[in-house]
Amino acid sequence: MSTEFDQKVHGTLGDANLQFAIYTATGRLKEKRVETVATDVLPDYQELRTQANAIKKHSIENLDHYLEEFERNLTAHGGRVVYCKDGTEVADFILSLAKERGAHLIVKSKSMTTEEIDLNERLEHQGLESVETDLGEYILQLAHQRPYHIVAPALHMTRYEVADLFERRLHVPNETVPEKQTALARSVLRQKFLSADIGISGANFLVADSGAVVIVENEGNARLTTSAPKIHIAIAGIEKVIPRSQDLATFLKLLARSATGQLLSVYTSFLSGPRRESEIDGPDEFYVVLLDNGRTRLLPDKGKRQSLFCIRCGACLNTCPVYRKIGGHSFPWVYSGPIGAILTPQFMGVQHEPALPFASSLCGACGEVCPVKIDIPKILLELRSDVKKTETREKQNRLEKLAFRGFAWLMTHPRIYEMAGQLARSLGPPSFNAGPLGAWLSQRDLPPLPARSFREMWRRR
Amino acid sequence: MSRDHILHRVRTALGRSAGQAVAEAPPPRILIPRVEMDARVASMLARVEALAGEALETANPCAFVAAAIAGKTAVASNAPYLAECGITSLPGVRSGITDRDQLRDACAAADIGITSADYALADTGTLVMLASPHETRLISLLPPQHIAVVPRGRILTGLDELFSILPNPAEQTSSMVLITGPSRTADIEQILVRGVHGPGHITVVVAP
Repeated sequence: MSTEFDQKVHGTLGDANLQFAIYTATGRLKEKRVETVATDVLPDYQELRTQANAIKKHSIENLDHYLEEFERNLTAHGGRVVYCKDGTEVADFILSLAKERGAHLIVKSKSMTTEEIDLNERLEHQGLESVETDLGEYILQLAHQRPYHIVAPALHMTRYEVADLFERRLHVPNETVPEKQTALARSVLRQKFLSADIGISGANFLVADSGAVVIVENEGNARLTTSAPKIHIAIAGIEKVIPRSQDLATFLKLLARSATGQLLSVYTSFLSGPRRESEIDGPDEFYVVLLDNGRTRLLPDKGKRQSLFCIRCGACLNTCPVYRKIGGHSFPWVYSGPIGAILTPQFMGVQHEPALPFASSLCGACGEVCPVKIDIPKILLELRSDVKKTETREKQNRLEKLAFRGFAWLMTHPRIYEMAGQLARSLGPPSFNAGPLGAWLSQRDLPPLPARSFREMWRRR
Repeated sequence: MSRDHILHRVRTALGRSAGQAVAEAPPPRILIPRVEMDARVASMLARVEALAGEALETANPCAFVAAAIAGKTAVASNAPYLAECGITSLPGVRSGITDRDQLRDACAAADIGITSADYALADTGTLVMLASPHETRLISLLPPQHIAVVPRGRILTGLDELFSILPNPAEQTSSMVLITGPSRTADIEQILVRGVHGPGHITVVVAP
């Protein structure tokens, strides 16, 4: 395990307030999800998951076809598609557009894809002002932190920390009531919305047959971002495309339920191009950036490419016993929890993030709650195997190999196994404070040895 | 730019060639339940109320809106239905704006935004708004209160019916927005706060 990862994990485990915050927030989200997918309120939940999985599978298998169809249809409605390999290309595109239009102020709505490429930092280095407008993201931008959770980005912060932050950064009196804090952010950001030159959003779905970008949110900041400024730029990973608008009937029923336990998010925007001539408001220019940034690396493997089905609901984080202990900032990249543990090593290369596939108890809960049925536990196992394959001969742990060989020998010699068990019980529980077993046990508990073994009980039955 | 590079990488990884035909996509899953109009109205009202919105059915929407305005300022959309009801000629109501900048200033200053809705979804309590010469994006968004007056005949059962009536919304509008309850956040300590950037108060008036 990397020492940095280890340190962050131990830091989180040792912080009682943080442990409480993570546990209650994820617990609440988890409960609300369960209520809204229950059989009496959504009898066809499993059929919807199966359908969503089939649509995503089909879309990814024919990705080039649907990207081109999306491009054709958006272009027909007056929008423009810009393909970008990485963050540098995205920033270059936005900077040159801003220069041409004389734009200075950008309002941004929440987007994990832009977090991947540190878009705000890139733009601000070049003298543009880029303001996050989702309340949680705004708080994090002021605090110079990255999201703690895919859908609840500031989950780890208390209202008192927010009060101190606003006081320090916005020069306002210390205010600890969330309602008043929200009103404060609203009034600051309202001015930004009304004077912004460009709005940058993410995208939850790209619809090929309509050339449309679909954005789901609760606050209204994405609507303002996409309708107040004269230029709208949506930034989306290439894997976001689905064939038809009608498929939204499936995905929209799953997304909000899985994310926050709502039947639908407050606002679902379906946007296809700039405002039409007869429409009264809306942007004059509409761009969709289709970003690769490592996604095509995941495509060749027929099994693991399902990682790209993810619709970023965060349900796997809320249900994961590991995420609920180690939190979001222990993870090395923007995606945390089970989905982060499979996405990050594949985007970066397993040799760069070898610890992540092992940060799991393989309990299977993530796979069970995934609305698009990504088999996360299976991919974790495959990535573990990939990590082992990339390790050089010298790096391979000889001791570990020897231990497993010894274990295999013991398990195939029942008489000796039984004698070893008797010996262990008569000597009492072993202690492993040092050495490799000590490190392994620092994050795990050995079960107590029973007074009698199963074999003994069976014989005396 | 990187268009050809990316599409080439995608095709190589998938073992496809440019312009290669695709297998038929799994058919969309559209299942429309049979629900009587009275039950749809009841569900619509109950859902909006469950989201802490206000919801009612009335034969005289104009009187209700007049009472709700009570000295405040309002911007109304150009939906013909609002004019038919007499809402656009109520005192304090500004309507008939067709200029973007004027609309924006009016919405930023108004206490209430009044719209109709193209459709409503009974099973989730949702308003469906299509941008057009009649409905704008900002009237339902900038003022702190939103009142939507919807003829009951426009209440659909849910998403499946909406997408069967509008299989491709882009053919009609550049912007279709589904509104389900007041603007909200729980970003600070999971405490629910209404009225973040959009209206914190929403009233759905079901009319004949």
